[in-house]
Amino acid sequence: MNKVLATAHSEFIIALRNRWVAISVAMMVLFSLVLSAAGSAPTGAVGVDKLSVTVASLTSLAVYLVPLVALLMSFDAIAGEIERGTLSLVLTYPVARGELVLGKFIAHLAILSIAVLAGYGIAAVAAIATDPNALVGIPALFRLFWSSLLLGATFLGIGYGISAFARRPGAAAGLVIGLWLVLIVLYDLGLLAAIVADDGGTFTTHYFPWLLIGNPADAFRIYNLAVSDATAAAAGLTGAANSIPAVHALISMLIWPVIATVLAWQIFRRVTP
Amino acid sequence: MCLTLSQVTKRYDDHTVLDAVGFDVAAGERVALLGHNGAGKSTLMKIILGLVTADGGTVSVHGLAPGSYRARMQTAYLAENASFHPSLTGQEQLRYYLRLRGEDPRKAASLLERVGLGAAANRRIGTYSKGMRQRVGMAQALIGEPKLLILDEPTSGLDPVSRREFYVILDELAAQGTAILLSSHALTEVEARTDRIVILSSGVMVANDTLANLRQKASLPIRLQVSAQRGKADEVAQKLSGERSNGVMVDLVCNSQEKLARLGDISALGPLVDDVDVIPPSLEDIYSHFSKRGNA
Repeated sequence: MNKVLATAHSEFIIALRNRWVAISVAMMVLFSLVLSAAGSAPTGAVGVDKLSVTVASLTSLAVYLVPLVALLMSFDAIAGEIERGTLSLVLTYPVARGELVLGKFIAHLAILSIAVLAGYGIAAVAAIATDPNALVGIPALFRLFWSSLLLGATFLGIGYGISAFARRPGAAAGLVIGLWLVLIVLYDLGLLAAIVADDGGTFTTHYFPWLLIGNPADAFRIYNLAVSDATAAAAGLTGAANSIPAVHALISMLIWPVIATVLAWQIFRRVTP
Repeated sequence: MCLTLSQVTKRYDDHTVLDAVGFDVAAGERVALLGHNGAGKSTLMKIILGLVTADGGTVSVHGLAPGSYRARMQTAYLAENASFHPSLTGQEQLRYYLRLRGEDPRKAASLLERVGLGAAANRRIGTYSKGMRQRVGMAQALIGEPKLLILDEPTSGLDPVSRREFYVILDELAAQGTAILLSSHALTEVEARTDRIVILSSGVMVANDTLANLRQKASLPIRLQVSAQRGKADEVAQKLSGERSNGVMVDLVCNSQEKLARLGDISALGPLVDDVDVIPPSLEDIYSHFSKRGNA
Protein backbone atom coordinates (compact mmCIF):
# COMPACT_ATOMS: atom_id res chain seq x y z
CA MET A 1 0.00 0.00 0.00
CA ASN A 2 2.98 2.25 0.69
CA LYS A 3 3.94 1.98 -2.99
CA VAL A 4 0.42 2.93 -4.10
CA LEU A 5 0.48 5.97 -1.82
CA ALA A 6 3.99 6.89 -2.96
CA THR A 7 2.76 6.83 -6.57
CA ALA A 8 -0.35 8.83 -5.64
CA HIS A 9 1.77 11.42 -3.82
CA SER A 10 4.13 11.78 -6.77
CA GLU A 11 1.24 12.09 -9.24
CA PHE A 12 -0.46 14.69 -7.08
CA ILE A 13 2.66 16.87 -7.00
CA ILE A 14 2.94 16.55 -10.79
CA ALA A 15 -0.71 17.56 -11.30
CA LEU A 16 -0.26 20.48 -8.93
CA ARG A 17 2.82 21.72 -10.82
CA ASN A 18 1.19 21.15 -14.22
CA ARG A 19 -1.71 23.36 -13.01
CA TRP A 20 -4.15 20.48 -13.47
CA VAL A 21 -5.53 21.02 -9.99
CA ALA A 22 -5.99 24.74 -10.64
CA ILE A 23 -7.51 24.18 -14.09
CA SER A 24 -10.07 21.60 -12.94
CA VAL A 25 -11.08 23.65 -9.90
CA ALA A 26 -11.38 26.81 -11.99
CA MET A 27 -13.49 25.00 -14.60
CA MET A 28 -15.91 23.56 -12.06
CA VAL A 29 -16.21 26.79 -10.07
CA LEU A 30 -16.73 28.94 -13.13
CA PHE A 31 -19.45 26.74 -14.63
CA SER A 32 -21.16 26.29 -11.26
CA LEU A 33 -21.30 30.04 -10.72
CA VAL A 34 -22.74 30.62 -14.16
CA LEU A 35 -25.35 27.91 -13.55
CA SER A 36 -26.38 29.26 -10.14
CA ALA A 37 -26.79 32.72 -11.61
CA ALA A 38 -28.84 31.40 -14.52
CA GLY A 39 -30.76 28.96 -12.30
CA SER A 40 -32.10 31.63 -9.98
CA ALA A 41 -34.85 32.62 -12.39
CA PRO A 42 -37.20 29.58 -12.21
CA THR A 43 -37.38 29.47 -8.39
CA GLY A 44 -40.89 29.74 -7.07
CA ALA A 45 -42.39 28.81 -10.40
CA VAL A 46 -41.38 25.17 -9.88
CA GLY A 47 -42.23 25.32 -6.20
CA VAL A 48 -39.14 23.64 -4.84
CA ASP A 49 -36.24 25.01 -2.85
CA LYS A 50 -33.45 26.78 -4.65
CA LEU A 51 -30.74 24.25 -3.84
CA SER A 52 -32.73 21.40 -5.41
CA VAL A 53 -33.03 23.42 -8.57
CA THR A 54 -29.32 24.12 -8.45
CA VAL A 55 -28.66 20.39 -8.03
CA ALA A 56 -30.72 19.66 -11.14
CA SER A 57 -28.72 22.20 -13.11
CA LEU A 58 -25.44 20.94 -11.67
CA THR A 59 -26.37 17.41 -12.72
CA SER A 60 -26.63 18.46 -16.35
CA LEU A 61 -23.32 20.30 -15.98
CA ALA A 62 -21.54 17.41 -14.29
CA VAL A 63 -22.58 14.97 -17.02
CA TYR A 64 -20.46 16.94 -19.46
CA LEU A 65 -17.72 18.35 -17.29
CA VAL A 66 -16.79 15.54 -14.90
CA PRO A 67 -16.06 12.96 -17.64
CA LEU A 68 -14.15 15.61 -19.60
CA VAL A 69 -11.92 16.58 -16.66
CA ALA A 70 -11.37 12.90 -15.80
CA LEU A 71 -10.39 12.02 -19.38
CA LEU A 72 -8.11 15.04 -19.69
CA MET A 73 -6.26 14.02 -16.54
CA SER A 74 -5.95 10.34 -17.43
CA PHE A 75 -5.17 10.20 -21.14
CA ASP A 76 -1.49 10.99 -20.57
CA ALA A 77 -1.07 8.68 -17.57
CA ILE A 78 0.52 5.73 -19.38
CA ALA A 79 1.13 7.00 -22.93
CA GLY A 80 3.00 10.00 -21.51
CA GLU A 81 5.27 7.76 -19.46
CA ILE A 82 5.97 5.59 -22.49
CA GLU A 83 6.86 8.65 -24.57
CA ARG A 84 9.05 10.23 -21.90
CA GLY A 85 10.77 6.88 -21.35
CA THR A 86 10.01 6.85 -17.64
CA LEU A 87 7.83 3.76 -17.80
CA SER A 88 10.56 1.22 -18.53
CA LEU A 89 12.57 2.39 -15.51
CA VAL A 90 9.68 2.30 -13.07
CA LEU A 91 8.68 -1.16 -14.31
CA THR A 92 12.10 -2.49 -13.27
CA TYR A 93 11.20 -1.54 -9.69
CA PRO A 94 9.55 -4.06 -7.41
CA VAL A 95 6.10 -2.58 -7.92
CA ALA A 96 3.10 -4.20 -9.60
CA ARG A 97 1.47 -2.51 -12.58
CA GLY A 98 -1.82 -2.60 -10.69
CA GLU A 99 -0.20 -0.61 -7.88
CA LEU A 100 0.97 2.04 -10.34
CA VAL A 101 -2.47 2.42 -11.90
CA LEU A 102 -4.12 2.50 -8.47
CA GLY A 103 -1.71 5.19 -7.29
CA LYS A 104 -2.46 7.39 -10.28
CA PHE A 105 -6.17 6.71 -9.85
CA ILE A 106 -6.15 7.83 -6.20
CA ALA A 107 -4.29 11.06 -7.04
CA HIS A 108 -6.54 11.93 -9.96
CA LEU A 109 -9.71 11.10 -8.04
CA ALA A 110 -8.50 13.31 -5.19
CA ILE A 111 -8.02 16.21 -7.60
CA LEU A 112 -11.45 15.58 -9.08
CA SER A 113 -13.04 15.63 -5.62
CA ILE A 114 -11.36 18.94 -4.82
CA ALA A 115 -12.66 20.42 -8.08
CA VAL A 116 -16.18 19.03 -7.64
CA LEU A 117 -16.29 20.07 -3.99
CA ALA A 118 -15.21 23.60 -4.87
CA GLY A 119 -17.72 23.91 -7.71
CA TYR A 120 -20.73 22.43 -5.91
CA GLY A 121 -19.75 24.15 -2.67
CA ILE A 122 -19.89 27.59 -4.25
CA ALA A 123 -23.18 26.82 -5.94
CA ALA A 124 -24.60 25.59 -2.62
CA VAL A 125 -23.42 28.67 -0.76
CA ALA A 126 -25.01 30.88 -3.41
CA ALA A 127 -28.31 28.98 -3.15
CA ILE A 128 -28.43 28.92 0.64
CA ALA A 129 -27.53 32.59 0.91
CA THR A 130 -30.54 33.65 -1.14
CA ASP A 131 -33.11 31.03 -0.06
CA PRO A 132 -33.49 29.97 3.60
CA ASN A 133 -35.39 26.86 2.49
CA ALA A 134 -32.43 25.68 0.46
CA LEU A 135 -31.12 23.47 3.28
CA VAL A 136 -33.79 20.95 2.26
CA GLY A 137 -31.72 20.23 -0.82
CA ILE A 138 -28.51 19.30 1.07
CA PRO A 139 -29.02 15.50 0.79
CA ALA A 140 -29.51 15.87 -2.97
CA LEU A 141 -26.29 17.86 -3.19
CA PHE A 142 -24.41 15.26 -1.18
CA ARG A 143 -25.76 12.53 -3.47
CA LEU A 144 -24.65 14.54 -6.47
CA PHE A 145 -21.16 14.82 -4.96
CA TRP A 146 -20.47 11.14 -4.45
CA SER A 147 -22.18 10.07 -7.65
CA SER A 148 -20.02 12.60 -9.53
CA LEU A 149 -16.96 10.88 -8.10
CA LEU A 150 -18.27 7.51 -9.30
CA LEU A 151 -18.80 9.00 -12.74
CA GLY A 152 -15.30 10.52 -12.65
CA ALA A 153 -13.80 7.21 -11.51
CA THR A 154 -15.37 5.46 -14.51
CA PHE A 155 -13.89 7.93 -16.95
CA LEU A 156 -10.50 7.91 -15.25
CA GLY A 157 -10.42 4.14 -15.75
CA ILE A 158 -11.51 4.50 -19.38
CA GLY A 159 -8.82 7.16 -19.86
CA TYR A 160 -6.08 4.88 -18.49
CA GLY A 161 -7.26 2.07 -20.73
CA ILE A 162 -7.11 4.30 -23.80
CA SER A 163 -3.75 5.69 -22.70
CA ALA A 164 -2.26 2.19 -22.45
CA PHE A 165 -3.89 1.10 -25.68
CA ALA A 166 -2.82 4.14 -27.74
CA ARG A 167 0.75 4.25 -26.35
CA ARG A 168 1.22 7.80 -27.73
CA PRO A 169 -0.18 10.86 -25.94
CA GLY A 170 -1.35 12.45 -29.20
CA ALA A 171 -3.32 9.41 -30.25
CA ALA A 172 -4.67 8.95 -26.73
CA ALA A 173 -5.87 12.58 -26.64
CA GLY A 174 -7.71 12.14 -29.92
CA LEU A 175 -9.32 8.90 -28.76
CA VAL A 176 -10.55 10.28 -25.43
CA ILE A 177 -12.10 13.36 -27.05
CA GLY A 178 -13.77 11.12 -29.63
CA LEU A 179 -15.04 8.82 -26.90
CA TRP A 180 -16.34 11.74 -24.85
CA LEU A 181 -18.21 13.02 -27.87
CA VAL A 182 -19.74 9.62 -28.59
CA LEU A 183 -20.66 8.59 -25.04
CA ILE A 184 -21.78 11.97 -23.72
CA VAL A 185 -23.15 13.84 -26.69
CA LEU A 186 -23.95 11.56 -29.63
CA TYR A 187 -25.16 8.55 -27.63
CA ASP A 188 -28.31 10.32 -26.44
CA LEU A 189 -28.99 11.78 -29.85
CA GLY A 190 -28.69 8.33 -31.37
CA LEU A 191 -31.12 6.85 -28.87
CA LEU A 192 -33.53 9.71 -29.46
CA ALA A 193 -33.42 9.14 -33.18
CA ALA A 194 -34.03 5.43 -32.65
CA ILE A 195 -37.05 6.11 -30.44
CA VAL A 196 -38.55 8.46 -32.97
CA ALA A 197 -38.04 5.90 -35.73
CA ASP A 198 -39.37 3.07 -33.55
CA ASP A 199 -42.50 5.02 -32.61
CA GLY A 200 -43.28 3.16 -29.37
CA GLY A 201 -42.33 -0.32 -30.59
CA THR A 202 -40.28 -3.04 -28.85
CA PHE A 203 -37.10 -0.99 -29.01
CA THR A 204 -38.60 1.77 -26.90
CA THR A 205 -40.16 -0.54 -24.34
CA HIS A 206 -37.51 -3.29 -24.09
CA TYR A 207 -34.05 -2.18 -25.17
CA PHE A 208 -34.08 1.56 -24.68
CA PRO A 209 -34.07 1.57 -20.82
CA TRP A 210 -31.14 -0.84 -20.73
CA LEU A 211 -29.21 1.10 -23.33
CA LEU A 212 -29.79 4.23 -21.32
CA ILE A 213 -28.56 2.93 -17.97
CA GLY A 214 -25.79 1.03 -19.73
CA ASN A 215 -24.16 4.37 -20.45
CA PRO A 216 -22.46 5.58 -17.24
CA ALA A 217 -23.24 9.22 -17.97
CA ASP A 218 -26.95 8.55 -18.53
CA ALA A 219 -27.08 6.35 -15.44
CA PHE A 220 -25.63 9.24 -13.47
CA ARG A 221 -28.21 11.68 -14.84
CA ILE A 222 -31.14 9.32 -14.30
CA TYR A 223 -30.09 8.50 -10.76
CA ASN A 224 -29.68 12.10 -9.66
CA LEU A 225 -32.80 13.40 -11.34
CA ALA A 226 -35.01 10.44 -10.48
CA VAL A 227 -34.42 10.76 -6.77
CA SER A 228 -34.69 14.53 -6.67
CA ASP A 229 -37.89 16.55 -6.95
CA ALA A 230 -36.54 18.50 -9.82
CA THR A 231 -37.16 15.92 -12.54
CA ALA A 232 -39.60 18.32 -14.09
CA ALA A 233 -36.67 20.59 -14.84
CA ALA A 234 -34.96 17.88 -16.81
CA ALA A 235 -35.39 17.78 -20.51
CA GLY A 236 -35.11 15.34 -23.35
CA LEU A 237 -34.32 11.70 -22.86
CA THR A 238 -34.19 11.75 -19.09
CA GLY A 239 -37.80 12.79 -19.02
CA ALA A 240 -38.60 9.84 -21.25
CA ALA A 241 -36.66 7.53 -18.94
CA ASN A 242 -38.77 8.30 -15.90
CA SER A 243 -39.90 4.72 -15.69
CA ILE A 244 -36.39 3.39 -14.97
CA PRO A 245 -35.95 2.56 -11.28
CA ALA A 246 -33.22 4.62 -9.63
CA VAL A 247 -31.65 1.51 -8.13
CA HIS A 248 -30.84 0.16 -11.60
CA ALA A 249 -29.04 3.36 -12.41
CA LEU A 250 -27.20 3.15 -9.10
CA ILE A 251 -26.02 -0.38 -9.86
CA SER A 252 -24.78 0.75 -13.27
CA MET A 253 -22.90 3.62 -11.62
CA LEU A 254 -21.28 1.29 -9.11
CA ILE A 255 -20.27 -1.37 -11.64
CA TRP A 256 -18.78 0.97 -14.24
CA PRO A 257 -15.76 2.21 -12.27
CA VAL A 258 -14.81 -1.41 -11.50
CA ILE A 259 -15.16 -2.53 -15.12
CA ALA A 260 -13.23 0.48 -16.45
CA THR A 261 -10.36 0.17 -13.97
CA VAL A 262 -9.98 -3.58 -14.36
CA LEU A 263 -10.03 -3.19 -18.13
CA ALA A 264 -7.37 -0.45 -17.95
CA TRP A 265 -5.20 -2.67 -15.75
CA GLN A 266 -5.59 -5.58 -18.18
CA ILE A 267 -4.58 -3.46 -21.17
CA PHE A 268 -1.67 -1.96 -19.21
CA ARG A 269 -0.44 -5.45 -18.30
CA ARG A 270 0.12 -6.16 -21.99
CA VAL A 271 2.15 -3.01 -22.60
CA THR A 272 5.84 -3.60 -23.37
CA PRO A 273 7.75 -0.41 -22.70
CA MET B 1 26.33 -16.63 -10.10
CA CYS B 2 24.45 -13.36 -9.98
CA LEU B 3 23.29 -13.57 -13.54
CA THR B 4 23.16 -16.62 -15.78
CA LEU B 5 22.02 -16.56 -19.40
CA SER B 6 21.72 -19.69 -21.45
CA GLN B 7 20.63 -20.05 -25.10
CA VAL B 8 18.64 -16.79 -24.91
CA THR B 9 16.79 -16.27 -28.19
CA LYS B 10 14.47 -13.49 -29.28
CA ARG B 11 12.68 -13.12 -32.59
CA TYR B 12 10.54 -10.30 -33.91
CA ASP B 13 8.42 -11.66 -36.75
CA ASP B 14 11.00 -13.64 -38.74
CA HIS B 15 13.93 -11.44 -37.72
CA THR B 16 16.20 -12.98 -35.08
CA VAL B 17 17.43 -10.31 -32.67
CA LEU B 18 19.21 -12.66 -30.26
CA ASP B 19 20.44 -16.08 -31.22
CA ALA B 20 21.29 -18.52 -28.40
CA VAL B 21 23.22 -16.03 -26.29
CA GLY B 22 24.73 -17.49 -23.12
CA PHE B 23 27.13 -16.07 -20.53
CA ASP B 24 27.16 -15.28 -16.85
CA VAL B 25 28.20 -12.53 -14.47
CA ALA B 26 29.54 -13.31 -11.01
CA ALA B 27 29.21 -11.20 -7.88
CA GLY B 28 31.60 -8.27 -7.98
CA GLU B 29 32.38 -8.79 -11.65
CA ARG B 30 32.17 -5.98 -14.20
CA VAL B 31 31.23 -7.21 -17.65
CA ALA B 32 31.07 -4.98 -20.72
CA LEU B 33 28.51 -5.77 -23.40
CA LEU B 34 29.67 -4.47 -26.77
CA GLY B 35 28.06 -4.45 -30.17
CA HIS B 36 26.93 -2.21 -33.02
CA ASN B 37 23.60 -0.43 -32.90
CA GLY B 38 20.98 -3.10 -33.41
CA ALA B 39 23.27 -5.90 -32.27
CA GLY B 40 20.73 -6.83 -29.61
CA LYS B 41 22.34 -5.28 -26.52
CA SER B 42 19.30 -3.35 -25.33
CA THR B 43 16.94 -6.22 -26.07
CA LEU B 44 19.15 -8.55 -24.05
CA MET B 45 19.14 -6.10 -21.15
CA LYS B 46 15.37 -5.75 -21.30
CA ILE B 47 15.06 -9.53 -21.17
CA ILE B 48 17.27 -9.64 -18.08
CA LEU B 49 15.10 -6.95 -16.50
CA GLY B 50 11.91 -8.81 -17.39
CA LEU B 51 10.58 -5.97 -19.56
CA VAL B 52 10.67 -8.21 -22.64
CA THR B 53 10.19 -11.98 -22.62
CA ALA B 54 12.61 -14.24 -24.47
CA ASP B 55 11.33 -16.72 -27.05
CA GLY B 56 13.84 -19.35 -25.98
CA GLY B 57 16.56 -20.11 -23.45
CA THR B 58 16.76 -19.33 -19.77
CA VAL B 59 17.72 -16.31 -17.72
CA SER B 60 18.28 -16.48 -14.00
CA VAL B 61 18.93 -13.56 -11.68
CA HIS B 62 20.24 -15.05 -8.43
CA GLY B 63 18.31 -18.18 -9.29
CA LEU B 64 15.10 -16.21 -9.83
CA ALA B 65 13.03 -15.62 -12.95
CA PRO B 66 13.82 -12.26 -14.61
CA GLY B 67 11.24 -9.61 -13.80
CA SER B 68 9.87 -11.56 -10.83
CA TYR B 69 9.20 -9.47 -7.75
CA ARG B 70 12.22 -10.82 -5.87
CA ALA B 71 14.50 -10.47 -8.87
CA ARG B 72 13.43 -6.84 -9.25
CA MET B 73 14.17 -6.28 -5.56
CA GLN B 74 17.83 -7.06 -6.25
CA THR B 75 18.26 -5.47 -9.67
CA ALA B 76 18.86 -1.85 -10.58
CA TYR B 77 18.77 -0.36 -14.06
CA LEU B 78 20.04 2.75 -15.73
CA ALA B 79 19.28 3.47 -19.37
CA GLU B 80 20.93 5.72 -21.87
CA ASN B 81 19.32 9.18 -21.62
CA ALA B 82 17.67 8.49 -18.29
CA SER B 83 14.43 10.46 -18.20
CA PHE B 84 12.23 11.55 -15.35
CA HIS B 85 9.17 13.69 -14.95
CA PRO B 86 10.27 17.29 -15.59
CA SER B 87 7.88 18.68 -12.99
CA LEU B 88 9.45 16.85 -10.06
CA THR B 89 12.60 17.97 -8.28
CA GLY B 90 15.55 15.60 -8.08
CA GLN B 91 14.82 15.13 -4.41
CA GLU B 92 11.12 14.30 -4.96
CA GLN B 93 11.90 11.89 -7.76
CA LEU B 94 14.44 10.04 -5.66
CA ARG B 95 12.16 9.95 -2.62
CA TYR B 96 9.57 8.28 -4.83
CA TYR B 97 12.02 5.64 -6.06
CA LEU B 98 13.21 5.01 -2.49
CA ARG B 99 9.64 4.40 -1.36
CA LEU B 100 9.04 2.02 -4.27
CA ARG B 101 11.99 -0.03 -3.03
CA GLY B 102 10.69 0.12 0.53
CA GLU B 103 13.61 2.29 1.67
CA ASP B 104 13.63 5.38 3.86
CA PRO B 105 12.91 8.40 1.59
CA ARG B 106 15.21 10.54 3.74
CA LYS B 107 18.16 8.80 2.07
CA ALA B 108 17.46 10.87 -1.05
CA ALA B 109 19.66 13.76 0.08
CA SER B 110 22.73 11.61 0.68
CA LEU B 111 22.27 9.73 -2.62
CA LEU B 112 22.07 13.00 -4.55
CA GLU B 113 25.11 14.24 -2.67
CA ARG B 114 26.99 11.12 -3.69
CA VAL B 115 26.39 11.74 -7.41
CA GLY B 116 27.22 15.43 -7.05
CA LEU B 117 23.67 16.80 -7.26
CA GLY B 118 23.38 18.00 -3.67
CA ALA B 119 23.10 21.65 -4.71
CA ALA B 120 20.45 20.98 -7.38
CA ALA B 121 18.34 18.62 -5.27
CA ASN B 122 15.45 21.04 -4.94
CA ARG B 123 15.36 22.18 -8.53
CA ARG B 124 12.95 20.67 -11.01
CA ILE B 125 14.42 17.97 -13.24
CA GLY B 126 13.08 19.94 -16.22
CA THR B 127 15.85 22.47 -15.58
CA TYR B 128 18.61 19.82 -15.41
CA SER B 129 21.20 19.25 -18.13
CA LYS B 130 21.49 15.84 -19.80
CA GLY B 131 24.47 14.99 -17.61
CA MET B 132 22.57 15.93 -14.48
CA ARG B 133 19.66 13.72 -15.46
CA GLN B 134 22.07 10.87 -15.99
CA ARG B 135 23.37 11.50 -12.46
CA VAL B 136 19.82 11.24 -11.12
CA GLY B 137 19.67 7.93 -12.97
CA MET B 138 22.87 6.84 -11.29
CA ALA B 139 21.56 7.88 -7.88
CA GLN B 140 18.39 5.79 -8.32
CA ALA B 141 20.48 2.81 -9.41
CA LEU B 142 22.36 2.96 -6.09
CA ILE B 143 19.19 2.59 -4.00
CA GLY B 144 19.22 -0.41 -1.69
CA GLU B 145 22.68 -1.71 -2.70
CA PRO B 146 21.53 -3.79 -5.67
CA LYS B 147 23.11 -7.20 -6.26
CA LEU B 148 22.85 -6.79 -10.02
CA LEU B 149 23.29 -3.56 -11.91
CA ILE B 150 22.23 -3.30 -15.56
CA LEU B 151 23.59 -0.21 -17.29
CA ASP B 152 22.64 0.53 -20.88
CA GLU B 153 25.18 3.01 -22.23
CA PRO B 154 25.21 4.81 -18.91
CA THR B 155 27.92 7.36 -19.65
CA SER B 156 26.45 8.79 -22.84
CA GLY B 157 26.01 12.52 -22.32
CA LEU B 158 28.50 12.70 -19.47
CA ASP B 159 31.60 14.88 -19.66
CA PRO B 160 34.99 13.21 -19.04
CA VAL B 161 35.15 14.27 -15.38
CA SER B 162 31.66 12.95 -14.69
CA ARG B 163 32.56 9.72 -16.44
CA ARG B 164 35.51 9.23 -14.14
CA GLU B 165 33.37 9.88 -11.08
CA PHE B 166 30.80 7.47 -12.45
CA TYR B 167 33.34 4.67 -12.79
CA VAL B 168 34.65 5.35 -9.28
CA ILE B 169 31.15 4.71 -7.93
CA LEU B 170 30.90 1.62 -10.10
CA ASP B 171 34.18 0.28 -8.73
CA GLU B 172 32.92 0.81 -5.18
CA LEU B 173 29.78 -1.17 -5.97
CA ALA B 174 31.76 -3.98 -7.55
CA ALA B 175 34.00 -4.05 -4.48
CA GLN B 176 30.86 -4.55 -2.37
CA GLY B 177 29.94 -7.54 -4.54
CA THR B 178 27.51 -6.05 -7.04
CA ALA B 179 27.54 -7.80 -10.40
CA ILE B 180 27.64 -5.21 -13.17
CA LEU B 181 26.66 -5.61 -16.81
CA LEU B 182 27.18 -2.48 -18.84
CA SER B 183 26.96 -1.70 -22.51
CA SER B 184 28.90 1.09 -24.10
CA HIS B 185 29.96 2.62 -27.38
CA ALA B 186 33.02 4.21 -25.81
CA LEU B 187 35.33 1.24 -26.16
CA THR B 188 38.45 2.86 -24.72
CA GLU B 189 36.51 3.78 -21.62
CA VAL B 190 35.37 0.20 -21.08
CA GLU B 191 38.88 -1.13 -21.66
CA ALA B 192 40.31 -0.24 -18.27
CA ARG B 193 37.08 -0.40 -16.33
CA THR B 194 35.73 -3.88 -16.86
CA ASP B 195 36.86 -7.40 -16.04
CA ARG B 196 35.41 -9.18 -19.03
CA ILE B 197 34.04 -8.36 -22.45
CA VAL B 198 31.08 -9.89 -24.26
CA ILE B 199 30.65 -8.94 -27.91
CA LEU B 200 27.33 -9.32 -29.71
CA SER B 201 27.17 -9.16 -33.46
CA SER B 202 23.75 -9.31 -35.14
CA GLY B 203 22.36 -11.11 -32.12
CA VAL B 204 25.14 -13.70 -31.98
CA MET B 205 27.66 -13.75 -29.15
CA VAL B 206 31.05 -13.71 -30.89
CA ALA B 207 33.31 -13.18 -27.89
CA ASN B 208 33.19 -13.65 -24.12
CA ASP B 209 36.56 -13.32 -22.42
CA THR B 210 39.00 -11.00 -20.68
CA LEU B 211 40.57 -8.34 -22.84
CA ALA B 212 44.02 -9.98 -22.54
CA ASN B 213 42.68 -13.32 -23.75
CA LEU B 214 40.72 -11.72 -26.57
CA ARG B 215 43.86 -9.92 -27.65
CA GLN B 216 45.73 -13.20 -27.74
CA LYS B 217 42.97 -15.05 -29.58
CA ALA B 218 42.67 -12.35 -32.20
CA SER B 219 46.50 -12.33 -32.60
CA LEU B 220 46.28 -8.99 -34.31
CA PRO B 221 49.54 -7.34 -35.47
CA ILE B 222 51.37 -5.00 -33.14
CA ARG B 223 52.53 -1.63 -34.41
CA LEU B 224 55.98 -0.31 -33.57
CA GLN B 225 56.31 3.41 -34.10
CA VAL B 226 59.93 4.49 -34.43
CA SER B 227 60.95 8.15 -34.27
CA ALA B 228 64.14 8.60 -36.25
CA GLN B 229 66.78 11.31 -35.85
CA ARG B 230 66.07 14.36 -37.97
CA GLY B 231 66.79 13.58 -41.61
CA LYS B 232 67.44 9.90 -40.95
CA ALA B 233 63.89 8.59 -41.45
CA ASP B 234 64.61 7.13 -44.88
CA GLU B 235 67.71 5.35 -43.66
CA VAL B 236 65.88 3.93 -40.65
CA ALA B 237 62.97 2.81 -42.82
CA GLN B 238 65.32 1.08 -45.22
CA LYS B 239 67.32 -0.69 -42.50
CA LEU B 240 64.21 -1.92 -40.71
CA SER B 241 62.36 -2.54 -43.99
CA GLY B 242 59.45 -0.51 -42.66
CA GLU B 243 57.34 2.31 -44.03
CA ARG B 244 58.09 5.96 -43.48
CA SER B 245 54.87 7.62 -42.37
CA ASN B 246 56.22 11.21 -42.32
CA GLY B 247 59.49 13.10 -41.94
CA VAL B 248 60.58 11.46 -38.71
CA MET B 249 58.29 8.48 -38.09
CA VAL B 250 58.69 4.93 -39.31
CA ASP B 251 55.93 2.38 -38.85
CA LEU B 252 56.62 -1.32 -38.38
CA VAL B 253 54.02 -4.04 -38.11
CA CYS B 254 54.71 -7.42 -36.55
CA ASN B 255 52.95 -10.17 -34.61
CA SER B 256 53.48 -10.75 -30.92
CA GLN B 257 56.16 -13.45 -31.38
CA GLU B 258 58.31 -11.17 -33.51
CA LYS B 259 57.99 -8.19 -31.23
CA LEU B 260 61.17 -8.68 -29.14
CA ALA B 261 63.32 -9.47 -32.15
CA ARG B 262 62.10 -6.32 -33.90
CA LEU B 263 62.79 -4.20 -30.84
CA GLY B 264 66.31 -5.69 -30.88
CA ASP B 265 66.71 -4.57 -34.50
CA ILE B 266 65.61 -1.09 -33.57
CA SER B 267 67.99 -0.73 -30.61
CA ALA B 268 70.82 -2.01 -32.84
CA LEU B 269 70.42 1.16 -34.92
CA GLY B 270 71.70 3.12 -31.92
CA PRO B 271 71.87 6.92 -32.38
CA LEU B 272 69.75 6.86 -35.56
CA VAL B 273 66.67 6.27 -33.38
CA ASP B 274 65.24 8.83 -30.99
CA ASP B 275 62.40 6.85 -29.46
CA VAL B 276 60.12 3.87 -30.02
CA ASP B 277 56.47 3.28 -29.08
CA VAL B 278 54.85 -0.15 -28.96
CA ILE B 279 51.18 0.12 -29.88
CA PRO B 280 49.20 -3.04 -29.09
CA PRO B 281 45.95 -3.63 -31.00
CA SER B 282 43.31 -1.35 -29.52
CA LEU B 283 39.97 -2.53 -28.26
CA GLU B 284 38.51 -1.05 -31.44
CA ASP B 285 40.72 -3.35 -33.53
CA ILE B 286 39.83 -6.37 -31.43
CA TYR B 287 36.18 -5.40 -31.49
CA SER B 288 36.06 -5.09 -35.27
CA HIS B 289 37.99 -8.36 -35.61
CA PHE B 290 35.36 -10.29 -33.62
CA SER B 291 32.36 -8.39 -34.99
CA LYS B 292 33.44 -9.12 -38.55
CA ARG B 293 33.91 -12.76 -37.74
CA GLY B 294 30.33 -12.83 -36.44
CA ASN B 295 28.96 -11.42 -39.67
CA ALA B 296 30.91 -13.83 -41.88
